[in-house]
Amino acid sequence: MNVLSNEARCTSCHAGYGWKGKDFDFADQTKVDCLVCHEQTGTYKKFPAGAGNPVKEPKVFPGNQKEYLPPEWNKVAQSVGRPTRKNCGTCHFFGGGGDGVKHGDLDSSLMKPNKALDVHMGKDGQNFDCIRCHSTTLHNIAGRVYTTPASEHRKSLIEDDLASKITCESCHSSTPHKQDAKANDHTDKVACQSCHIPTFARVNPTKMWWDWSTAGKKKDGKPYAEKGEFGKPVYDTKKGNFVWAKNVVPEYHWFNGSIEHLTVNDTIDPGKPVKINRPVGDKDDPNSRIFPFKVHRGNQPYDKINKNLVIPQLFPKGKDDQTAYWKKYDWNKAIAFGMEYAGLKYSGEFDFVKTEYVFPTTHMVAPKDNVVACIECHARSDGRLANLTGFYMPGRDASKVIDFAGWGVVLACLAGVLIHALGRVFTRGNGEKEN
Amino acid sequence: MVNNNNMKNIYLYTRYERFWHWLQTLLIVLLLITGFEIKGMYTLFGFRSAVEVHNFVGNTWLIAFLFFVFWIFTTGEWKQYIPTTRKMFSVVRYYLYGIFRGEPHPVPKRKDAKHNPLQRITYLILAAILLPIQMATGLLYWGYNSWPQWGLSGLSLQVVALIHTAGAFAILSFVVVHIYMITTGHTILAHTRAMISGWEEVKDIEAVEDWEIKTKAA
Repeated sequence: MNVLSNEARCTSCHAGYGWKGKDFDFADQTKVDCLVCHEQTGTYKKFPAGAGNPVKEPKVFPGNQKEYLPPEWNKVAQSVGRPTRKNCGTCHFFGGGGDGVKHGDLDSSLMKPNKALDVHMGKDGQNFDCIRCHSTTLHNIAGRVYTTPASEHRKSLIEDDLASKITCESCHSSTPHKQDAKANDHTDKVACQSCHIPTFARVNPTKMWWDWSTAGKKKDGKPYAEKGEFGKPVYDTKKGNFVWAKNVVPEYHWFNGSIEHLTVNDTIDPGKPVKINRPVGDKDDPNSRIFPFKVHRGNQPYDKINKNLVIPQLFPKGKDDQTAYWKKYDWNKAIAFGMEYAGLKYSGEFDFVKTEYVFPTTHMVAPKDNVVACIECHARSDGRLANLTGFYMPGRDASKVIDFAGWGVVLACLAGVLIHALGRVFTRGNGEKEN
Repeated sequence: MVNNNNMKNIYLYTRYERFWHWLQTLLIVLLLITGFEIKGMYTLFGFRSAVEVHNFVGNTWLIAFLFFVFWIFTTGEWKQYIPTTRKMFSVVRYYLYGIFRGEPHPVPKRKDAKHNPLQRITYLILAAILLPIQMATGLLYWGYNSWPQWGLSGLSLQVVALIHTAGAFAILSFVVVHIYMITTGHTILAHTRAMISGWEEVKDIEAVEDWEIKTKAA
């Protein structure tokens, strides 16, 4: 799945404001929409499939049956100010086309969270805006830059208040707990987030599974959609099956702040789940920490012969579009068009492959009373860190040989003294012989 | 019946010695209970509290042990731990055979020789090898985060932890045997009483035996 051939829809958030065709220059910084970040009336709405443009005439988007009105430009333009949660959240809470689809730790529940959901942003707590942490220097926003390891910027704001990558340590230092607290001894190996975000999606559900292979089913010859447990779609003819979840326990990986991405040019092994992206890090790397992730799993088309992922054209380019999946429900045509558009080879044969995509979990920091307890990781079996091996963790790891031998000796001693005691009872030989 | 005329009380364990014994008992019991909980065998205090108690008690033991070392050398009591093979066989034979026949202990306790040859070697290994190893590995385990500053970056936590675990099994085994062996005095609780009051009742080899006393009744 890719932006290419679907720009009109994706560019409503992703850079590409005013996209018209393939020769659009994505690097041109004058093509950044100022208003979406800075306007404060709340009336500036982009048409979902309008390449980032608002409508000129009132228009209904068939996807949600909502009518979009042209902005009152004077009011909107005069309202510009410091970006609020709403400005940021309009895109970042709805990534992937809906609330909580992409990130498990970013959704509309953070518009007005309480302290229990987010200790920093809680209305009854610190009430931070996004930009309280994601500070900016000439529009360079501090935050995630997955090509750069976080550790290079692991410094406090006192050292450098314009650090380009804000981390918890920037404000809290690397020894934020009480003096001599064992938790301070963890910060060299465990990210703050691992303990302080016990679960994500604690208010709104987040999507955990997307099965494209079941897309295209129709009811009475018509596309349909079904809603499930959380009032969220569990089936959509256009998109297939979804699984949503709340209060999700993250998965943990070594992470130095960088994430590697697979591209459509990479060869995949369809025999096992394909990692579309992967946290970079290793237990032996002093700059890596154990970090929590939402892992979104899916089942998506790939080229069976060339062994690579494919870029299907989903979004129809107009009423007469003959290839878009969301028009004709024919994967082969949609893939063939999308791949040709992207300038890539397609063998003509596709199948579906299981995929995994990680999202670092860093928001929704819980109050300190709700942190992950020691035993949830330091457990013999089924602990949160059961998948991270190659190092000794107290409470989890043991030597079978030593345990077996140790208990063997203890039991042998016990048996020995019991037999001896019985011997004394039967011979009544407790000390001096009776005269 | 034991004839009390043939027994005498000797003051075997000084006040500090008894205090040290029972303090160490408490510390070892707490360390075993919390240590095996940390190892994941059961839940009693909860992992976090178990770790905190274990660390505190371990450090307490370490400091208390330094006082014990001071005591044992300044009082000359260390001589009680010098191993010997003399009468070792007799003692082993006694516990394997003689005790069931009601034979007297071949090496009765005396003020200047509290330990029989078997006890000497056991307590020497315990006080000079096993406990120091346990304290050293415990201290290292506790200071894991300071290893780089201590110049010990090359050390393996797994090796330290596993030696510490093996030591714990050895101590637990000792405790099992020790608790049994203290019942082998002339009464079940004789040795325990001695470790509480300091006074141990031992056979008075100087005393005149019953049969030696001429009585009119006979």
